[in-house]
Amino acid sequence: MAVLLMIGTRKGLFLARSDDRRTWTLEEPAFLMEEVASVAVDTRRTPTRLLAGTMSWHYGPTLVWSDDLGASWHETGNAALAFPADTGTALGRVWQLQPDHPHRPDVVWAGCEPSSLWRSDDGGETFSLVRGLWDHPHREHWAPGFGGAAVHTVLPHPSTDQVTVAMSTGGVYVSDDGATGWTPRNQGIQATFLPERFPEYGQCVHKVAQDASGPDRLYAQNHHGVYRSDDAGLSWESIADGLPSDFGFFVLASPRTPGTAWVMPLEADARRVPVGGRMRVHRTSDAGATWHELGAGLPDRAWTVALRDAACVDDADPTGVYIGTRDGVVYASDDEGDTYRVVAEHLPDVLSVRAAVIA
Amino acid sequence: MTGVEVRLPAVLADVAGGRRIVVMSPAPVSLGALLDGLEADLPAVVRRIRDETGALRRFVNVYVDGEDVRHLDGTATPLCDGCLVQVLPSVAGG
Repeated sequence: MAVLLMIGTRKGLFLARSDDRRTWTLEEPAFLMEEVASVAVDTRRTPTRLLAGTMSWHYGPTLVWSDDLGASWHETGNAALAFPADTGTALGRVWQLQPDHPHRPDVVWAGCEPSSLWRSDDGGETFSLVRGLWDHPHREHWAPGFGGAAVHTVLPHPSTDQVTVAMSTGGVYVSDDGATGWTPRNQGIQATFLPERFPEYGQCVHKVAQDASGPDRLYAQNHHGVYRSDDAGLSWESIADGLPSDFGFFVLASPRTPGTAWVMPLEADARRVPVGGRMRVHRTSDAGATWHELGAGLPDRAWTVALRDAACVDDADPTGVYIGTRDGVVYASDDEGDTYRVVAEHLPDVLSVRAAVIA
Repeated sequence: MTGVEVRLPAVLADVAGGRRIVVMSPAPVSLGALLDGLEADLPAVVRRIRDETGALRRFVNVYVDGEDVRHLDGTATPLCDGCLVQVLPSVAGG
């Protein structure tokens, strides 16, 4: 079983490969000095397509893809993503690249900064701005978080035209009609930084993940708050009891096992470090009713964090869990998050990781 | 010479078909017109110099005959035969 791990960092893209998910080979960086905030492994295609959203601080953002597992990279001649002239807006970053489900094999979604959603119908070579979200009357109130204002999560429904997005800030929005009309779905999610504790929208949702049981069950790691929805975001309830902190950046859901998800608690908004300096992952196997601390192989003294897209799961059995940190270390678990090995260290800040079994 | 010589930084050569010098002849009337003309052949170069709103990227400096166009008329800076346009990355990054 060959697994490919894409590692997007502040200064380039690294690929790591393994046949057993225990020993890894790290390749030389591509796009050195370019920020790689989003990566994707699109295994729906033959050959598998790798996608990366890169940004040069000098020369701006772009999107690249590879159909030979990183041996060569291509860029659309005319920009893959460019705001229409009437918007008067320029693309900041590609924060999220999300291949759709297998029955829509050419559809790829991109979440970008400024907060915008884009759809590609040619495997990620060209994208169209989703005007329904861009023209939403709430958009002027979506304030940027520290990292910028962006759509960072895109969850297409596996069988219908429903699409769920999340952004910081703004919160969760859902379209039931193929991304034309959008409705906020944040009931029950708090906004500790706003005068109104539970507004209709405006929350700083850090990441949303979809449970293996189906698209109605979602998990959200919020800017203080860990939540579950059992009705596709119509309502959210806290599942933070049992965690040492409700602050963190990523949440992962198992692609195979219903009720299983992972978070990495950080002390607090004002103290964004592992709780007590111990880097630990917490896993639930009952949809958030209880949590179990996992940490074998993770450092006991660490003052770094894993950002919202610097963690992922793979599609193997048992599920692999991957975590990259801002101090340039990537950890991999081949046992559902129980134990971790170092894939790479001394990298630039890790911004994004994605892993998949490669045929 | 007739036309305008455009000198690109080495890092843009990959997206310029390996070229670091491009000659635009006849001379475009302005820097903006030069970029418009260059876009047909080298769109990936042009979007690294200006974004889709037409604004020069913040950390890219463009000089016309040695003068930073930000101190001239920006993309409206006029060009003429014999002008030299240099594209250089600014000092930025960490």
